[in-house]
Amino acid sequence: MALKHATPMLDELEKGPWPSFVSDVKRMAAKGNKMCEDWLGLMELSYKEKEGHWKHGGIVGVFGYGGGVIGRYCDRPDLFPNVAHFHTMRVNQPASKFYTSEVLRKLCDMWEKKGSGLTNMHGSTGDIILLGTTTDQLEPIFYELTHDFEMDLGGSGSNLRSPEGCLGMSRCEWACINTQDIIYDLTQEFQDALHRPMFPYKFKFKSSGCPMDCVAAIARADCSIIGTWRDDIRIDQDAVKAYVGGEIVPHGGAGGPRKDFDIKAEVVDLCPSKCMEYDGKTLKIHNKDCVRCMHCIRVMPRALRPGLDCGATILMGAKAPILEGAQLSSVVIPFIKMEPPYTEFKEFVEKVWDWWMENGKNRERLGELIQRLSLREFLKAVELEPDPRMVNTPRYNPYIFYDPATVPGGWEHDATEYRKRHQA
Amino acid sequence: MSEDAKERILEWVKQQKKTKHYFNDLCKAVPEMKMMQAKKIVNELVSEGKLKYWSSGSTTMYMLPSEGDVAKEEEGMK
Repeated sequence: MALKHATPMLDELEKGPWPSFVSDVKRMAAKGNKMCEDWLGLMELSYKEKEGHWKHGGIVGVFGYGGGVIGRYCDRPDLFPNVAHFHTMRVNQPASKFYTSEVLRKLCDMWEKKGSGLTNMHGSTGDIILLGTTTDQLEPIFYELTHDFEMDLGGSGSNLRSPEGCLGMSRCEWACINTQDIIYDLTQEFQDALHRPMFPYKFKFKSSGCPMDCVAAIARADCSIIGTWRDDIRIDQDAVKAYVGGEIVPHGGAGGPRKDFDIKAEVVDLCPSKCMEYDGKTLKIHNKDCVRCMHCIRVMPRALRPGLDCGATILMGAKAPILEGAQLSSVVIPFIKMEPPYTEFKEFVEKVWDWWMENGKNRERLGELIQRLSLREFLKAVELEPDPRMVNTPRYNPYIFYDPATVPGGWEHDATEYRKRHQA
Repeated sequence: MSEDAKERILEWVKQQKKTKHYFNDLCKAVPEMKMMQAKKIVNELVSEGKLKYWSSGSTTMYMLPSEGDVAKEEEGMK
């Protein structure tokens, strides 16, 4: 079936071995989806003119919520009337993104009727992104989501964004914390912050069950909750021998069958803090020097396992490169047990929010504020004692700035008086 | 107290040349208040229809209902 608009430039994106979103949208258009037809035409025009034709943002939303809907309009409604409105809706994903196929089917059916049928599963924040609907459909969709699907809109704008976690204990033997429960609990606890904007900018919680950090919390979240342990890595020396003897394939067999495993080259020498040694019989780990990179555990999962005294490390201040460049988060609480109902953690978060709201500039992420006012000011505000583990590279750069208030006598001095005693 | 704060916030918004305001800016109208307290007041103003949200997707701003009109914004788009 011939499409309404010719798309020679978009067609180029269908060539090559990879799946193409253009093919997907064309398939929808061929079924008579008018939004998709005009969307293709609008995209072709943008590619041709090398100019965007979307106007982003607006006052549309659902009653009582300050987020979850992002207004989008086309600036050529004369040419593409079916995408004149093309609002985005963010739907809060279930913890760890577990769905029944029934829910997904219903969601897609609803979106084909009330929206463009185009989705993004999932956005970077973790939400289901429903792309393209009209203003008059916003409330009916919201009603259906909340009443029939038992789902809610996610965060957008200056809100708490939908918290996100890895698969955690549901699928992963390394999970040190119950990320699903943490994410669900935080989502319920902070509903007001999720739906009614109050922050200087966005705020994201992400939780990974272990230091492998599969949701990349350390790179993206204003507050990362990363599972860890504070006792020793568990070692099964017989299994170590079996790896060395070629009876067990390293990396869980990910590299295919092999008999040439070299524990020294592939494990001991690659430890970033050099905390391991192997004398041909026994593997020793100096746990106090372990920096939780988990490389050894990944290579020999049957021989090595995380410890049993588990909890989380809390890090703050990561963000993607918008204003000041990309930033990784910094350790602020080296270890916290993270057990329900997470009261200690929640009280800490509220102190952080108070400080950020009082001191943050508009559109300033928490990490940028910490950078601008210093980690010392941040720690004072949230009542935490400085700790060497908060220093980025303590082994290489141990310097810290002291606070004059904590140094007896301070270090302010009268320069004129000084010069009287020390002539130039 | 809360009614007085609401009045002051609305008055402040009406005096501004700009039509959209960050939450931080609204708080200038009630400098004695903690931000969390001010947030509750602003939320009430939104629920009462005296202020409304404008969102770019990444940031949220507030405006008077008289300033932003969905129908006007979408005029000619149907």
